[in-house]
Amino acid sequence: MTFLRFAWAWLTSGQQWHGSDSIPLRVAQHLGYSGLSLLIAALIALPLGVAIGHSGRGAFLIVSLANIWRAIPTLGLLIMMVVYLGFSPLTWLIPLVALAIPPILVNAYEGVLGVDPDLTDAGRGMGMTGWQVLRRVEIPVAMPLIILGLRTGAIFVVATATIAAEIGTGGLGRFIIDGLASNQYDQVAGGAALVVALALLVQFAFVGVRRLAVPAGLRQAGRS
Amino acid sequence: MVWSWIPQNIGQILQLTLENAYLGVASALIGLGISVPLGIACVRWKLLYPPSLSITSAIYAIPSLALFVVLIPYTGLSDATVIIPLTLFSLCVLVPNVVDGLRSVPEPVRQAATAMGFGPLRRLARVELPVAIPVIIAGLRVATVSSISLASLGQLIGVSSLGYFFIDGLQRDFATEIFVGIAMVIVLALVADVALIVVRRLLTPWQRRHLPPAPPSVLTPASASREMAEVS
Repeated sequence: MTFLRFAWAWLTSGQQWHGSDSIPLRVAQHLGYSGLSLLIAALIALPLGVAIGHSGRGAFLIVSLANIWRAIPTLGLLIMMVVYLGFSPLTWLIPLVALAIPPILVNAYEGVLGVDPDLTDAGRGMGMTGWQVLRRVEIPVAMPLIILGLRTGAIFVVATATIAAEIGTGGLGRFIIDGLASNQYDQVAGGAALVVALALLVQFAFVGVRRLAVPAGLRQAGRS
Repeated sequence: MVWSWIPQNIGQILQLTLENAYLGVASALIGLGISVPLGIACVRWKLLYPPSLSITSAIYAIPSLALFVVLIPYTGLSDATVIIPLTLFSLCVLVPNVVDGLRSVPEPVRQAATAMGFGPLRRLARVELPVAIPVIIAGLRVATVSSISLASLGQLIGVSSLGYFFIDGLQRDFATEIFVGIAMVIVLALVADVALIVVRRLLTPWQRRHLPPAPPSVLTPASASREMAEVS
């Protein structure tokens, strides 16, 4: 395994682990970019998606957004931001947030829309107000899809944060982009190995989030 | 926008668009070629499905740039270095759609095919796969559009695609070139999407004849077996 040999050699050589370009710093940057973008995207997309699903209005917007979203070339978007805005935190923050919004929005919408009307009727029959039905019935039942949307958003954000190194951000993509530019494949391989590990760890974290956030009754139903 | 740049470079624009289209479409089609047999196997042997889902979704989580560079020692800077990761990504969408499509075949339809003397293989090819086509093509549309868009990243490792316009535009600080690159990626993705809708219509002529489709409750296995019980 040539790749693993190169990656291992670079990761264990020692000097990468401290200094201004150290692995811990790059990991922290990568998680910082990804976490902040995902948080802002969730703050925008979750209320909007739940509201659209609850009211049924604006569904056309959702469908068009979901379709065009996958076609947008992330690298082109990042580079266009640099050319127009120069380099500032907004240069990477805007595209990362914009790319994370559609999956979160669409899944929250579909989750709330797909709640069995019998359940919401039962909630109303028990004397719940519209707000209580939303908070105590619709959102918990929609939780598996809401988490799936956040997970897909996280995949996009982690991947795009890697590519953002091309426009001069920090993060783990730095090792890959700089290594490619200077023909140092050991650094490229080490960076890629770290990116793979980080992406898988983030996914693993979402399995845990799902376990905590999805009501026990639904987990049982989901298995069948 | 420097509009005159477009006619001056039309040759290169078309060339890179074709290369980008090739990378994206080839990935999605190879992905289809893998996921149809894999999906059939997952329906036939149910134990195979959960691990297939976990593995494909784990691969999907890996950023494409990382997968490209993992492959460099083995496939060099060739098209395969881009096509292999994009193919693997497409499986995450295609395999569940093939499985859902095959599972959506109503039990009475399956039984009717068997009663007409179709063996398992002929039933699969002549009845089950055709019925599954709309769901499979829905997945193929998502896979194709994503692959076309992601193929532009191949330029980061030097594989020719529309991403060239992004990187060259960045180096020259030339917005027109970047706009053209983005526009061509999106146009290419939309063209492929529309083409697949046309393919679906051609392959499923029965869907046009009786609209709207029968409500699924009419054909659930439960009601079918109840009717069977009454007959016997």
